[in-house]
Amino acid sequence: MSAFLAVLRRDLLLALRDGAGTWTVLGFFAIAVAVFPLGIGPEPQVLARIAPGVLWAMALLSALLSLETLFESDYRDGSLEPLLSGALAPELLVLAKALAHWLATGLPLAVAAPALGIFLHLPTEAMPVLFASLLLGTPVLSLLGAVGAALALGARRATVLLAVMVLPLSAPVLIFGAGAVESAQTGLAASPSLLILGSVALVALAVCPVAAAAALRQAVE
Amino acid sequence: MVIPWVAALGCVALAAGLLEGLALSPPDYQQGETVRIMYMHVPAAWMGLFVYALVAGLGGVGLVGGHPLAFAAARAAAPLGAMFTAVCLITGSLWGKPMWGAWWVWDARLTSMLLLLFLYFGHIALSRAFDDPRRGDKAAAVLGLVGCVNLPIVKFSVDWWNTLHQPASVMKLGGPAIDPSMLWPLLLMAGAFKLIFFALWLTRTRTEVVGARLRAAANRSRMEADR
Repeated sequence: MSAFLAVLRRDLLLALRDGAGTWTVLGFFAIAVAVFPLGIGPEPQVLARIAPGVLWAMALLSALLSLETLFESDYRDGSLEPLLSGALAPELLVLAKALAHWLATGLPLAVAAPALGIFLHLPTEAMPVLFASLLLGTPVLSLLGAVGAALALGARRATVLLAVMVLPLSAPVLIFGAGAVESAQTGLAASPSLLILGSVALVALAVCPVAAAAALRQAVE
Repeated sequence: MVIPWVAALGCVALAAGLLEGLALSPPDYQQGETVRIMYMHVPAAWMGLFVYALVAGLGGVGLVGGHPLAFAAARAAAPLGAMFTAVCLITGSLWGKPMWGAWWVWDARLTSMLLLLFLYFGHIALSRAFDDPRRGDKAAAVLGLVGCVNLPIVKFSVDWWNTLHQPASVMKLGGPAIDPSMLWPLLLMAGAFKLIFFALWLTRTRTEVVGARLRAAANRSRMEADR
């Protein structure tokens, strides 16, 4: 347990000290969302119609941005190998790093999203659901991203490769996450989509650490 | 060796299947002659799914056993599977325009098949992204196994969601709902696709193995020269 917390604390400190990290991601999120009204025009009904999808898709891309460096620095300075063979099981190591990544990236995105919803005329009734869906969905993105980052360690064109790998796998998250917000927007119950999102999150929690740990072992051998 | 025989048998089956499907089988009572696209579309879809399961299985075998032949076979099969999936999507699109009035709809079956194509792309890209090909093979094997979650989604998408795409007519509880005069050409085309896939796959695997041998020989001679 203490090893888990140690890794978590270390990664969080690194993320916080690299001040650019969280703010760059949030900045990208804001700019990317702002691009849509500029391109599509300011009509409130049109923007409100596309708001759930745009917010969710841009949150996905923003989370993708910061994933590459999840294991990169440890891999490059050689500290990944002792970490993998240390006191903490590799699967728990992946979990700790994914949790740190989510706290530094996903959680801020979830908090910022309702505010950015204002740009797209998202009705206020839908904002709690937006927050809840991102709260459930961004950890899945961190977990899937951990798998992708571990697989792409040391690869050529790792950024694009990471996107090609993670985006298809995160399609269900996007579909149900945006679907939940759309249900709230049109007055239907959002709980079916949120429940399915929750189950996807549980499956990811079970499967992704194992896959990422296997990929990390491949990277260091 | 055995490849020319498999290829020849596949070509014969393809010719027979096309003859049956395009000429001899009856037109559909609703769709008319357009239904004949089914004889390309459905076998291509079946092959796309089958080859993905094959690639994932071979990757699993390679990860557990470490035998490089499994990885070579997976590397050889993946582009073929992507091709079948692309043929399925394109023929489906050509079928959808006269039938549904749209080249594409985002219903569950089409979306999950498109995701399958993207998963193939990811697998192919990852396996070729490393300087050390064995690392690429192992990474792609992990990705292939993770992507298997999409296979039941594709299969059951027409049951779980309200889709525009036709529900299951062949492989369902209660037996096929399709008339034998259409079922047999369909199965014949499926068999033909499978045989052609095997011929192409065996050829590609052999090429991969020869390539690996060439690389090993080149490395050896380079090490000799350095010494």
